[in-house]
Amino acid sequence: MVFGTQRGWLLFGVLLGLWAGLTPVRAVTVRKVDFNHDVQPLLSDNCFACHGPDTNKIKGKLRLDLREVATKPAKSGKTAIIPGKPDDSELVRRLFTTDEDDRMPPTESHKTLTVAQREMLRRWIAEGAEYKGHWAYTPPVKPVIPAGAQAIDFLVRQRVREAGLKPAPEADRRTLARRLYFDLVGLPPKPEEIAAFEKDKSPEAYRRLVERLLSSPHYGERMAIGWLDVVRFADTIGYHSDNPRNIWPYRDYVIRAFNDNKPFDQFTREQLAGDLLPSPTQEQKVASAFNRLLLTTEEGGAQPKDYEARYLTDRVRAVGAVWLGQTIGCAQCHDHKFDPILQRDFYAMGAVFADVKEAIIGGREPGMLVPNEEQARELAKREQTANGLQQDFVGPHPELAGVFTQWQQAQLEALANEALWSPLAPAKAESVAGTPLTVREDRSVLAGGKNPDTDTYTLRFTNGVAGAVGVRLEVLPDDSLPAKGPGRAANGNFVLTEVVGRVEREGATSRTVSFQSARASHEQTTLAEGNPYKAWSAAATIDGDAKGKSPGWAVLPETGRPQQLRLELKEPLTLAAGETLVIELQQNHGDGGHNLGHFRLATTTDAKAVTAPFAAPPGSELAELLKLPAASRNAEQQQKLFARFKDQAPELAGLRQRLAEAKKSHDDFVASLPRCLITERNDEPRTVRILPRGNFLIETGDKVEPALPAFLVKNGGRTDGHRLNRLDLANWLVDRNNPLTARVVMNRLWRQFFGIGLSKVLDDLGAQGEPPPNQALLDWLACEFRDSGWDMKHMVRLIMLSDTYRQASTAPHELLVHDPYNRLLARQGRWRLEAELVRDNALSLAGLLVPTVGGPSVRPYQPEGYWENLNFPQRTYDASKEADQYRRGLYTWWQRSFVHPSMLAFDAPTREECAAERNRSNIPQQALVLLNDPTYVEAARVLAARILRECPGDEAKRITWAWQQALDRKPRPEELAALRSLLQKHLAEFRQNRDAAKDYLKTGFAPVPPELDAAELAAWTDVARALLNLHETITRS
Amino acid sequence: MNLSSELRQFFRQQQTRRVFLGRASQGVGALALASLLKPGMLSAATGKPAKWAGVVDPLHFPARAKRVIWLTMAGGPSHLETFDPKPKLAAMHGQPMPESFTQGKQIAQLQGQKLLCYGPQHKFRPFGKMGIELCELFPQIGSVADDICWVRSMTSEAINHDPAHMFMNTGSQIAGRPSMGAWITYGLGSEAADLPGFVVLTSLGRGGQNQPIAARQWAPGFLPSRFQGVQLRSKGDPVLYLGTPKGVSREQQGDVVKTINALNRQHDAIVDDPEIATRIAQYELAFQMQASVPELVDLSKEPASVLDLYGCKPGDGSFASNCLLARRLAERGVRFMQLYHKDWDHHGGVKQGIEFKAAEVDRACMALITDLKQRDMLKDTLIVWAGEFGRTPMSQGGDGRDHHNAGFTIWMCGGGIKPGMVYGATDELGYAAVENPIDVHDLHATMLRTLGIEHTRLSVKFQGLDVRLTGIAGKVIEDILA
Repeated sequence: MVFGTQRGWLLFGVLLGLWAGLTPVRAVTVRKVDFNHDVQPLLSDNCFACHGPDTNKIKGKLRLDLREVATKPAKSGKTAIIPGKPDDSELVRRLFTTDEDDRMPPTESHKTLTVAQREMLRRWIAEGAEYKGHWAYTPPVKPVIPAGAQAIDFLVRQRVREAGLKPAPEADRRTLARRLYFDLVGLPPKPEEIAAFEKDKSPEAYRRLVERLLSSPHYGERMAIGWLDVVRFADTIGYHSDNPRNIWPYRDYVIRAFNDNKPFDQFTREQLAGDLLPSPTQEQKVASAFNRLLLTTEEGGAQPKDYEARYLTDRVRAVGAVWLGQTIGCAQCHDHKFDPILQRDFYAMGAVFADVKEAIIGGREPGMLVPNEEQARELAKREQTANGLQQDFVGPHPELAGVFTQWQQAQLEALANEALWSPLAPAKAESVAGTPLTVREDRSVLAGGKNPDTDTYTLRFTNGVAGAVGVRLEVLPDDSLPAKGPGRAANGNFVLTEVVGRVEREGATSRTVSFQSARASHEQTTLAEGNPYKAWSAAATIDGDAKGKSPGWAVLPETGRPQQLRLELKEPLTLAAGETLVIELQQNHGDGGHNLGHFRLATTTDAKAVTAPFAAPPGSELAELLKLPAASRNAEQQQKLFARFKDQAPELAGLRQRLAEAKKSHDDFVASLPRCLITERNDEPRTVRILPRGNFLIETGDKVEPALPAFLVKNGGRTDGHRLNRLDLANWLVDRNNPLTARVVMNRLWRQFFGIGLSKVLDDLGAQGEPPPNQALLDWLACEFRDSGWDMKHMVRLIMLSDTYRQASTAPHELLVHDPYNRLLARQGRWRLEAELVRDNALSLAGLLVPTVGGPSVRPYQPEGYWENLNFPQRTYDASKEADQYRRGLYTWWQRSFVHPSMLAFDAPTREECAAERNRSNIPQQALVLLNDPTYVEAARVLAARILRECPGDEAKRITWAWQQALDRKPRPEELAALRSLLQKHLAEFRQNRDAAKDYLKTGFAPVPPELDAAELAAWTDVARALLNLHETITRS
Repeated sequence: MNLSSELRQFFRQQQTRRVFLGRASQGVGALALASLLKPGMLSAATGKPAKWAGVVDPLHFPARAKRVIWLTMAGGPSHLETFDPKPKLAAMHGQPMPESFTQGKQIAQLQGQKLLCYGPQHKFRPFGKMGIELCELFPQIGSVADDICWVRSMTSEAINHDPAHMFMNTGSQIAGRPSMGAWITYGLGSEAADLPGFVVLTSLGRGGQNQPIAARQWAPGFLPSRFQGVQLRSKGDPVLYLGTPKGVSREQQGDVVKTINALNRQHDAIVDDPEIATRIAQYELAFQMQASVPELVDLSKEPASVLDLYGCKPGDGSFASNCLLARRLAERGVRFMQLYHKDWDHHGGVKQGIEFKAAEVDRACMALITDLKQRDMLKDTLIVWAGEFGRTPMSQGGDGRDHHNAGFTIWMCGGGIKPGMVYGATDELGYAAVENPIDVHDLHATMLRTLGIEHTRLSVKFQGLDVRLTGIAGKVIEDILA
């Protein structure tokens, strides 16, 4: 058992380097116990749950996180800690007692302290039980570096030396170049790039390469991956239906921010509070999409209060993960158990986000238009055109003065004519087919219910008819009708086949009402082949169906607006008392229910009204204006009247049409533009209450106002008369006195370049996290980052140029065993590429990669049916075509509930929660993806085609060339031999079975070069497939 | 992080790594690969590829169950038309639901609506020697009622499908926690050498109320990816990317894998990276799975009597087929099998909806129990039948029921569970669990106990906490343990 060495450190106390996960191999001088490194972790993990910051759970009123409480006598008279007197301290007694009932931590906690740990606590008390503030809550102080020394190297090597080790030598040029390419742009170098770098013996060669890569547009893409993880960027809402939302412009913002080296403090402000900046730019508003990245729901039956609470907690957790490296989420239900974060702090920070305007339940809004520069220009152009025409149209048009006067007269005449018609109020309205007919207040009749194929409406009138010489049928539009009517056919049309009138009197035979002539405002002439009238004419409605039942009056294409049919009576008609006028409207055309939907009947006693032109009478508002004498109209009234005139003036028809087209062209263009959810403010922020136990059903908790965490900021940063907002929060996060942000960000950056954080728990710098073994280094980086004006490229450059970064990742076996996690940094790290880069690398080697930067998400090939468990609505997956199929991995459509399976296999997070760190697993699914996913099979066959086309020569030459493409080095003889034997065997087999070879080459959309022999290409595809699957190919070292 | 846990973890990893390396370096020779191409040589040669042994070693308790088959009835089955008889509710049909039952409780789609009692839509009758009252639509399950422990006092915190599934599967409503299948394979490892330890199967119902299910329900959360549930699909490749590219023979695929592994071994000799040995083992495992999984899912070799027992046809993608697959997976040493059968979301038409569901699951559940029993595997297989919640005793829209989390029924049977008992009860209207109410954490704690795990001792450090499947709660339901 490895514990053989345990005795060593029992005797000598803590060994430096233990924290590094280093197997202790030799004793190091005993040093004073350090509270932050040696004591607090023990107390936190073993004691704080009952004797820590959560005041609701305190046992025996003892708090071990506060010295003044721990060193005061308890009610029992005993004192937990008496500095300098371990043997009188109750804590020590309880730690060492053999009495199980008395021993701490208690059995049921399943926590045990080793003898060494108990000894540590005893020693700490003996040395005076000194407490220190938690390391991460104390602002970093920049360590002094000797003049001329590179700070990173100085701070790293000090510890390497202390451990009695030597740093690894600088890696070879090839390794360095590959490392830089993968770390800075996420793409493999081309062999010729490596060759040039290897040839360049200048001492500046390395620096030049670093600078070149830092200014590559792919640098932003590479850096964005980790940021998109930690802010949980995804294309879909997450919960339940997991529907899409418009958000991808935010990804472009992040890429651009890294490429432009936007200072991190500004980057922070724009994301949390872009909308609150003075006159925010489009870019800053897009940045504020950060506040909308959380999971939302459209599930029926979701309770708004429930989700309001979820969104609040989600946002607070995000601030904790992205900037503070604090597990604030723990304080949702109770005061934090380990860190001094109160439940009140949690909700007070949540209240900062209470102004974010959003629907709690349901679909997200489409978001703000986000045109790029070119699109913005085009949009402005179209806007200008439309506005110009609009200006033109609304102008005074003096040339139309005369026509305007005539129009007014005509309108007044139409008004007068209209006044000659009296609408009839039906006493009864019935349908032969049983259609429900509703008589409205304006005496019109609306048909509803099922639309029968044919129908006849019978309308009865018992008064209001005296001396009538004409009958009028108005057919009217209505929103309830298809295409707004006035008919009930799908296109809004009808065919009125016959109008029959008679007068009935009880006990007498009825007399027929005869019509002399029929005229209509519009008669349909289309689709009139075979119609005996050559049109759908008014005359057909009074022909006694002499030419058949089917012809009648119809109005296509003038549906959706009022039309009228006027029937001249042969003889004047008067209803005597007790008489009923019956009008039958027959609609026998059929063919899809060509029935009337909405209509009104009227009569007139003036023959002039029957023959007057069909001018639509002005509406009541316009009528009022017309009736005013011109001289008594005010300017506004005159303007309104003129506007109405222009809306129909035939003289302006051309202008009107151009204007309509320009508006449509503008609107169509707008519809084609990208949009992005952004943050907008609610004037009234939501009320935020503390939710006891995090339970949204309990609405009795205290109301809280926005505040910063009270343990870090005095009085929570509150000032009188100002409600803290998101900008205040952002400003505090990047304030130079904030002890956390710079450390958190630098810790994550370090992991990107060394494989493990300086404090290895990236998302928790609190008591339960890991005090960084090399705190001086983390603090130096944090101070430098802050002091440089939050200059990210500066920090990346510093790291890249350090000797520490340039070390070889290989090391003597002894060191690998002693420091398996490379906490001492006596070498570089090696790890498998991130999911996105595995893809980018393969596409790149095949020459398939389309390196366009930015744009909407794309859809790589995905197994059919993978989305079968999505619903509302059901979804199908259509793989992107052409260039979009070969984009970089970070543009992959991120469907939260079913992330692309090949991404998932290589540990891409689902981005449902903020993820500061990815797993680096090594599972069989990765083998299945690289062997069988069409993306990789296609990449292999396209790489094979490159081999055959770009490298003439024999097998050995070609394998060597291919090997160099994939790995930037020559194969060793045994490597060459292995691929050669694979090639030869499969070449022979595919020659025997050409159909199989052809099937194989069908994988993927990329064309197969016709001049290549199928069997040969298939065999080389297997060579390429082996190359793409190699551990070395997918490893950064 | 505390010293001792840090050390423990480190030593454990070193140990695992060593054991693993040892096995892997023996197991990946050309001989082992050749054996894959000639089945039968495998066991005789160098043993199986490395597999995860689990962190719970030794077990905290003697294990009563070795594996779990969890039948998730997705959508939320009505307890009132399945296994919880409520004559009083029938008597109150159409009358207002007394406010005393509903005040201050969560409500989903019935928010702000008039709440009326809705009587059970199907008759109940006694089954088995114990005379346990069950809905008469489930005679097959009824025929094995004496093997089952009926828990009629289940509750949940969540009331919408997505969070409720998350809660039932991970013990948390926040995404990112490991699913119970991941926890258990992490804790116990798997006995299957060439299959994943946690397998998920889904099936649809004919009623069309098929709520979406997210892959997060079987995700490993913060546990390593190897513990994720692997979906076994009824259409396309049974496991994603399992199929060898078209035109490539199995032997040729073997050549490619062999070449890759040979080259990786050569590379390892130079760079000394333990990840490479793992990579080699994973390629072997992947290649084995390409053969073992198609064999596993091929039900055509099952005798007709077995197919008849389940009432399924090979390849029909039904819940019954999935039950039979679960048995086959159990035989091969898979640790956790989770079957999702959808379409239980009866907001409307609950009467007919339950008829459809009964037709789909009644025989299959009975068959699974019977089949395992005949193979003497029921004694160490825990079966759990549970929805993410139940349904309201109040009507929705006149013929349906809304989501409901205050009381509903689940059942368990097999390893470590007392057969033929009813545990807990809801009130007389079937609204809230009033006798021995249990929650999701209790259910998880009890399941872990049957597997030999003390639920407070299976934890992983995440964001500074010793995170457990049971959160900070959970008590074992001792009364139902055999």
